[in-house]
Amino acid sequence: MQVDNAVIRAQALCKSYQGQRVVDNIDLMIQAGECFGLLGPNGAGKTTTLRMFLGLTLPESGSLTILGHPIPAVAREARARIGVVPQLDNLDPDFTVAENLRTYASYFGLRGAAVETRITQLLVFANLQHKTDAPIDTLSGGMKRRLTLARALINDPQILILDEPTTGLDPQARQMIWQRLRELKQQGKTLILTTHYMEEAQRLCDRLAIIDHGRIITQGSPDALIQQHIEPYVVEVYGNGVQAASLADGSLPRSARIEQVGETVFIYMSQEDPNVMAMCQRENLRFLHRRATLEDVFLKLTGRDLRE
Amino acid sequence: MRRALFLPALWRWVPVWQRNFAVWYKLFKPAMLGNIVEPLLYLLALGYGLGSFMSSDMAGVPYLHYLASGMACASAMNTASFEGMYSAYTRMIMQGTWVGMMTTPLSLRDVVIGEIIWAGSKGLISTAAILLIATLMGLVADARALWVLPLAWIVGICFGAMAVVITAVAKNYDFFLYYVTLLITPMMLLSGVFFPVDGMPQLLQIGAKCLPLYHAIGLIRPLMLGQHNSDVILHLGVIGGYIALAVPLAIRLVGRRLLT
Ligand SMILES: Nc1ncnc2c1ncn2[C@@H]1O[C@H](COP(=O)(O)OP(=O)(O)OP(=O)(O)O)[C@@H](O)[C@H]1O
Ligand SMILES: [Mg+2]
Repeated sequence: MQVDNAVIRAQALCKSYQGQRVVDNIDLMIQAGECFGLLGPNGAGKTTTLRMFLGLTLPESGSLTILGHPIPAVAREARARIGVVPQLDNLDPDFTVAENLRTYASYFGLRGAAVETRITQLLVFANLQHKTDAPIDTLSGGMKRRLTLARALINDPQILILDEPTTGLDPQARQMIWQRLRELKQQGKTLILTTHYMEEAQRLCDRLAIIDHGRIITQGSPDALIQQHIEPYVVEVYGNGVQAASLADGSLPRSARIEQVGETVFIYMSQEDPNVMAMCQRENLRFLHRRATLEDVFLKLTGRDLRE
Repeated sequence: MRRALFLPALWRWVPVWQRNFAVWYKLFKPAMLGNIVEPLLYLLALGYGLGSFMSSDMAGVPYLHYLASGMACASAMNTASFEGMYSAYTRMIMQGTWVGMMTTPLSLRDVVIGEIIWAGSKGLISTAAILLIATLMGLVADARALWVLPLAWIVGICFGAMAVVITAVAKNYDFFLYYVTLLITPMMLLSGVFFPVDGMPQLLQIGAKCLPLYHAIGLIRPLMLGQHNSDVILHLGVIGGYIALAVPLAIRLVGRRLLT
């Protein structure tokens, strides 16, 4: 049996808005030192769940403890040990970069020389040392996100809650955030993050839960989820959909599963089949042969329909 | 044991106040200029201009003296109200500052109380500026007028708390016009800032006496003019009553807005 070292225990959490369940019986155990991902389509209930962790949204029913503190009853003590990167930036536009950190530290009752040292370290960590005295509105989106991450670390938290930390960032900025998050994990911090980028979850998360309509559909390590839910080999065939679909007729291994989305056909297979590639080449179709990813799992479990 | 990362209960509003003070201090000079020039213009225009048409004193003092003490009160009301409405709304909704604070050990109550005390402090600042001008113009009787400062703070807290109640239910900035038009402006005109309440129809007098500005003037004007203070308990009681109602209501309504 695994040693239970849970820093977050959520049992049967529920929340409704206007009679609509947006968090529906969520059970989560998040272990100390792991990076846990919450994935789900828009409106799945990720942010609402995280707000409950902070005591900002009161659960209708269910129980929740964080670091041993019952939430929302003792949320203040819990929040003292948590760092938060919210989905929408709320940096203080009236202050410079360093002033933002200093002001935020004051909300924890932190001030003085120790804070100044910490600010210097965090600005180096976030690669913002050259922006110390810059006003917030002169920062790029990536810089703002990094500053928000630095701000979340001002109290040296045990748990970091990151709501879509890399949404809207360019690949360089995203890679840099990933690097920093790995460093934080190595320091022993527990990370809880939501994301719409499956490759991000696959790279960073030890375990993750896929949520839809407020319910956890599945949870486990990224590899385990791929193994459990999807065929390991995928061929994507592009172009004339009708033509590609005709591939399906008899020429595919019987176990293959076909999905057609517009002009693209996805062929999911339990084994590599050279015939499929040969056939695509013969028919002069553009195609991509690859291993199954978390994105395939996600789309299979939550469907390909747009939300909202 | 690691250090507790939150302040003792009585002091938690302080960092919220300090945050707002720090922002204000950045624009200290233009802000003070506004605080000084505007009332100065009013005093010169109305006090000398209008006052020169008056054949007799107003309630026993020259009109300029009367007006200065009235404006000291009205200014606390206006400044605290606007801080509690437009500026607070910007921080609450547009900038997400309050929710940002609430992801730290500060709670909604700490934030709202800090904002209200800050609004009161801005009221105090504007009254202090007028008191200074009035003193320099020789319109203040004696050192007893220093009592005006703590009173202006309390009056500012009262109007700040009322303003945050409105802010908590405001859908947008335009909503504040209702409050300003229906309450602040009538109070400004009918509570004895510019002329004594006694001359007004009975009904308006009763209305004025139910609202806090009348009582703020009742406390502050005699202190500036060197007159005898009467009904102190009544005046303080009404203002304290408004505070006692508005602060918990503000906390509750902001909670309904933000802790969804
Ligand atoms: N304060 C609120 N009042 C009413 N409905 C709300 C409120 N907050 C969230 N909802 C609804 O609850 C549902 C879940 O919202 P939530 O923000 O948790 O989703 P999410 O998974 O974070 O989505 P996204 O990926 O778009 O950020 C949505 O349908 C949303 O419209
Ligand atoms: Mg969200």
